[in-house]
Amino acid sequence: MVQIKTDNLQFSYTSAVDSEQKIVLRGLDLEIEKGTFVAVLGHNGSGKSTLAKHFNAILLPQGGAVYVGGLNTSDESLILEIRRRVGMVFQNPDNQIVATVVEEDVAFAPENLGYPPAEIRRRVDEALQNVGMYEYRNHAPHLLSGGQKQRVAIAGVLAMEPECVVFDEPTAMLDPKGRESIVKVIRKLRNELGVTVVLITHHMDEAVSADRVVVMSSGEIIMDGTPREVFMDEITLRAAGLDIPETTSLIHSLREDGMDLPLSALTVEECAEAIFVAMKEGA
Amino acid sequence: MLKDITLGQFFPGNTIVHRLDPRVKLLLTLVYITALFIAQGLLGYILMLAVLLTCLSLSKIGPKTVLRGLRPVIIIILLTVILNVFFIRGETVLFEWRFIVITREGLVTAGFMASRLIMLIIGTFLLTYTTSPIALTDGLEQMLNPLKKIKLPIHELAMMMSIALRFIPTLIEETDKIMSAQKARGIDFETGGLISRARAVVPLIIPLFISAFRRADELATAMESRCYHGGEGRTRMKTLKAAWQDYTALLLGAGIIAAVIILRNVSFGIL
Repeated sequence: MVQIKTDNLQFSYTSAVDSEQKIVLRGLDLEIEKGTFVAVLGHNGSGKSTLAKHFNAILLPQGGAVYVGGLNTSDESLILEIRRRVGMVFQNPDNQIVATVVEEDVAFAPENLGYPPAEIRRRVDEALQNVGMYEYRNHAPHLLSGGQKQRVAIAGVLAMEPECVVFDEPTAMLDPKGRESIVKVIRKLRNELGVTVVLITHHMDEAVSADRVVVMSSGEIIMDGTPREVFMDEITLRAAGLDIPETTSLIHSLREDGMDLPLSALTVEECAEAIFVAMKEGA
Repeated sequence: MLKDITLGQFFPGNTIVHRLDPRVKLLLTLVYITALFIAQGLLGYILMLAVLLTCLSLSKIGPKTVLRGLRPVIIIILLTVILNVFFIRGETVLFEWRFIVITREGLVTAGFMASRLIMLIIGTFLLTYTTSPIALTDGLEQMLNPLKKIKLPIHELAMMMSIALRFIPTLIEETDKIMSAQKARGIDFETGGLISRARAVVPLIIPLFISAFRRADELATAMESRCYHGGEGRTRMKTLKAAWQDYTALLLGAGIIAAVIILRNVSFGIL
């Protein structure tokens, strides 16, 4: 089943500086399957954030169309249902939190949707437990760390019980520890809760555990495949202004030094295992 | 440094005063202020003082905190006392020197005015000491709800208030950061005359405004993403429910007003 589908999606805006027409998305065709984890990569200005904002009708297509579970995002009467189905987590956790108490903030979306108080309570408790922030439910958000705040923001989206969550560079402002905790939550959404995950990022390492990687460059999709397929093609990646994951880069340089390693080892564990096996054979 | 500012001066606790419905507390504060202005004569004042002291001891707010709340208004109180002492001309003159005349009536009125002011301030502070800003906003929103009928944007006002409360610590933190950044670039915020200090604030205010607008824009997008569409059809997780304590408190409030009115007619000579 298709969760999100874009059909020849086009978007452009008029620059305020030189009043020139800037094209951001040049006729994008993309289908995201339900229950999958898709990473969208691209350097600044590749159009990846603009694409994400089309998924829950924050931006509307200027050409072509976007469908969420078959619903056209241009239909204004469907807007609440579309936003309930596709939750969005942004870069800066501070600018997503509305309330002065964690649980009040998580309750914000179900309150907007008009659920009865007992149902809101149940959703809030469940969402907070899913991101591991239940013990902090009565805390003030501004006293939490960046990673904790971002987890509260994720809980705020999960309280809508969405089918899909779009993450727009959720770790860009976090320290390594906070980043790790967010990546863990993202994996849990996909593996345990069956939520479709779209992760917009420029951290290659976060894309490694995705089911599918889509690479964007100047408003077009230039690569689309499994992480293995995409990261093995170093030349195209570099041309798009992207780096390869640290593990792949390590394997590349070890191969240049004559070590026999498979290019397919992507995660840190796989990479360590491959090096271990190769060294054992060498000795 | 700026982080130490306590907002709304709320002291968390779990006393009966803390647990009262915020709507009831707001109403009772209005009742208390009205009673203070009706009160006349020694007995009326003694009754109000007793009411205040009972509330204070029930809320377990220490005398130090109470006195600290009075500090900013000391000048106003002193001014009231001085004006009353020197300008009220009564019959019993206690002291006379050239144009300065102090009468017994002047002293008495000054005393009453000062204690009325002090009790007024402490009483209203008690509300903010024992009610969290969110509870106050919630209470205000629900109390003013009927005004929606005459098209007053009550939900929007309450939403703005709670977002402002939410962002004050964030913006204070940001101010701190910008100040450090500008100090590192050689801006002196602490010394110099009034004009040069005012000028030093400009490179602080401008980045702060730009960032506040950017934040507002991002917050609006995030709120829309979470299905915010105004107050229509919105429910609340925690609804305010008045319990028996709240009704008892309201009855007591009505009793105090009645008592104060009765006591107006009882007097002991000049007091």
